[in-house]
Amino acid sequence: MTLSIIITAIVTILAAATAMSLRNLVHSVLALAVAFAGIAAFYLQLDAQFVGFAEILVYVGAVAILIVFAILLTRSGEAPDQSVLGPGWFYGIIVSALVFTAIGWAILNSSALPTEVPVASDATVKHIGEALMTKYVLPLEIIGLVLTAAMIGAVLIALREVSTAGGSRRESAPSENLSGLTSTATNSSLGGKA
Amino acid sequence: MFNALDQVFVNALHWLVGFLPEALRPLVSSLLAVAFVLMVFPGIFAIVTVIERKGLGRIQNRYGPNRVGIPFTKIRLCGFGQFIPDGIKSLTKEDIVPRAADKVVHFLAPVVMLIPVLLAYSVLPFGRNMTITDYDAGLLFFFAVGGAVEISVFMAGWSSHNKYSLLGAMRAIAQMVSYEIPLILSAVTVVMIVGSLNLNNIVAAQNHYTFGIAHWHVFTPWGLLGFVLFFIAALAESNRTPFDLPEAESEIIAGYFTEYSGFKFALFFLGEYLGMFAISGLGITLFLGGWTAPFSFLIWVPSYVWFISKLLGIIFVFIWIRGTLPRLRMDQLMNFAWKFMLPLALINILIAGIWHFMDHDWLRWPVCSTLIVLAYVTLGRGLMQNQKLGKRIYRFAE
Amino acid sequence: MLGEQIIKGMAVTAKNFFASYVSKDRLTTVQYPEERLPQKHHTRQFPFLVYDGDDVQKGLRCVACQICEKECPPKCIYIIKSKDKKVDYKGQMQVYPVTFDIDISVCMSCQICVEVCPFESIKMNTEFELSTDDRFGGLLLTKEQLAKPNSYYQKVHPEAAAESDAVIAAEKAKAEAKAKAAAEAKAKAAATVAEPAPSPAPAATPPPAKP
Ligand code: SF4
Ligand code: SF4
Repeated sequence: MTLSIIITAIVTILAAATAMSLRNLVHSVLALAVAFAGIAAFYLQLDAQFVGFAEILVYVGAVAILIVFAILLTRSGEAPDQSVLGPGWFYGIIVSALVFTAIGWAILNSSALPTEVPVASDATVKHIGEALMTKYVLPLEIIGLVLTAAMIGAVLIALREVSTAGGSRRESAPSENLSGLTSTATNSSLGGKA
Repeated sequence: MFNALDQVFVNALHWLVGFLPEALRPLVSSLLAVAFVLMVFPGIFAIVTVIERKGLGRIQNRYGPNRVGIPFTKIRLCGFGQFIPDGIKSLTKEDIVPRAADKVVHFLAPVVMLIPVLLAYSVLPFGRNMTITDYDAGLLFFFAVGGAVEISVFMAGWSSHNKYSLLGAMRAIAQMVSYEIPLILSAVTVVMIVGSLNLNNIVAAQNHYTFGIAHWHVFTPWGLLGFVLFFIAALAESNRTPFDLPEAESEIIAGYFTEYSGFKFALFFLGEYLGMFAISGLGITLFLGGWTAPFSFLIWVPSYVWFISKLLGIIFVFIWIRGTLPRLRMDQLMNFAWKFMLPLALINILIAGIWHFMDHDWLRWPVCSTLIVLAYVTLGRGLMQNQKLGKRIYRFAE
Repeated sequence: MLGEQIIKGMAVTAKNFFASYVSKDRLTTVQYPEERLPQKHHTRQFPFLVYDGDDVQKGLRCVACQICEKECPPKCIYIIKSKDKKVDYKGQMQVYPVTFDIDISVCMSCQICVEVCPFESIKMNTEFELSTDDRFGGLLLTKEQLAKPNSYYQKVHPEAAAESDAVIAAEKAKAEAKAKAAAEAKAKAAATVAEPAPSPAPAATPPPAKP
């Protein structure tokens, strides 16, 4: 345990706790982004460059922005006045602490736990790429297929919304609002794939 | 002799660090390298602001700034001292924070903007042996930190509690997310051909010469298309005309930094230009051969000179485009990204694959070029079809 | 084809860029302090006061009638009349302005003061480089700063000056003729008065003719 790992851990945990306890949802997202960045820093300190950068790229760059958009498009009004903690928060903490102890105890006493630390394998980007293209090519393809299906499904949902909202005429009209914008975007991505 | 000139900064760094005890050396040498970047690129920024104003002026048949030279003298230097009063002015202006603003986020936004932009410089090879950190996944690092800029844009727009700021931030994020895809996909071709995410390896792969001409990727069909796509996406990523909707002055004042003034505004301005330089630098590294010379008889010119001159060349094209093209509309912007750039980038990946598998066969030149032209013409037709040009009909103005 | 027009546009701007270094005719900007355009024939900026001859005090045409002060739309003229009188350009005794200020930060160059002045005394100047680092006192022009000789007026607006000189000459001539006629009438009257009544006290000279 070096000093930098401890600092990263403290920052990450603090950011995650802040994300849970703030009332303003946007502040929570920003704190969450910090937590994501902290996790990425962990990966980097463990010499897992690819995973670390992918964490930043996907979580800080995309997921946080996605959450922000979701909040801004759905939220009405300002932050709630009442506390974010539910009435039974104290018992919740006790229960989760108990569960954590049980799992931790089980893991520490498990016979599957290797006794000596394995030598860190040299997981460069090249190795990851080669593994993905040889050993794990089938899972990769399946994931690609599932994602494509998910995307087509999303496009279909978006399409129906447009047709109920204003008929086919609206589709071609340049719509200024954001929902129109996303629907054009998804439409065209379907066009690009097809 | 030329080699010494080429390596003068590297050797100077080693020489300076040599005076220190062993334990301090890595720390001090990285600090010095960072200080070097922090000196050079803001310096280029200062000069580029003047060049931009002069260039735009000339394009519009004006003089542009030509008064301020060295302070307290009569030397005018064609106005290249203009950045000094500009800087002093923006540093001494009052820093206004709106009463309704979210103070903490409002304060943090410019800082969060500048950090990823500066981080991006850490992987760029500025010259032979002149890379601050030699990451194995340098390209991925660049795009990863670039993605963090969006957060700062959102922070700035949201915390100002101003409708123009929020609109600008939304536009900026929508635009950045859309154009990041063609940007990355056009860079993927290079990764496929070179077989490495390391930017130094990518430069090294272009550092060969046939008949005295360098093997830059831009000299191949897929590289040319990739470079054009990358360049357009880079324009959009750095919010430059014709993709300057996020800060369209005539529509939403200044977009997400409407409510910023004084030093914070200067930080945004700096961050935007440094981001532009960084992404141009990446384009140079990927397609224009990084710090290598275009012709083998020119390799005696120091590598960093090549890098900086290519950078200035790209910036000049940026300015030229800004002086020429009008701003796009939001739906045009999105259509262009999703209906034209994205399919073309995907096709380009396919073409790069064909190029790779037809190795050392001269046929790959005509085959790939024809494929690219076909794809371009077809997609271009498709994009132009929806465009109903004709007499404009006003609904309310008549 | 897509992008054709963009290339054309880029060619136009590139041509502008390079040609503006070659041919100076393209640049419409005049580099002001060093280069100047000739002034327009009828250029008018701010009012000034005309005086005849060399002496400001004696030659000032203004008689402090305060018409311009009343007519000035933004009320930027400020006049204090004198208690004593001096001879004006028509040779009559007139009051004169002790203070005559124009605040040119307020003046809107409407030239109404010039239109209404019955004495050809206030005219428009062509001077426009009036910037100063004192924005209150520096822009309040006093009588001394406003007064300019007639020769200056003849130089900046020769035609208008000739016109106004003609008007003054005619007025002067009229006034002289009137004075002459008055003097003749006076002489005649004196002669007729002297004839029938020579007896009263010779010291009692007739009172001066009332205007
Ligand atoms: S020009 Fe007009 S505003 Fe100026 S002093 Fe004369 S009457 Fe007043
Ligand atoms: S300038 Fe003319 S109008 Fe004004 S007070 Fe003097 S004589 Fe009268």
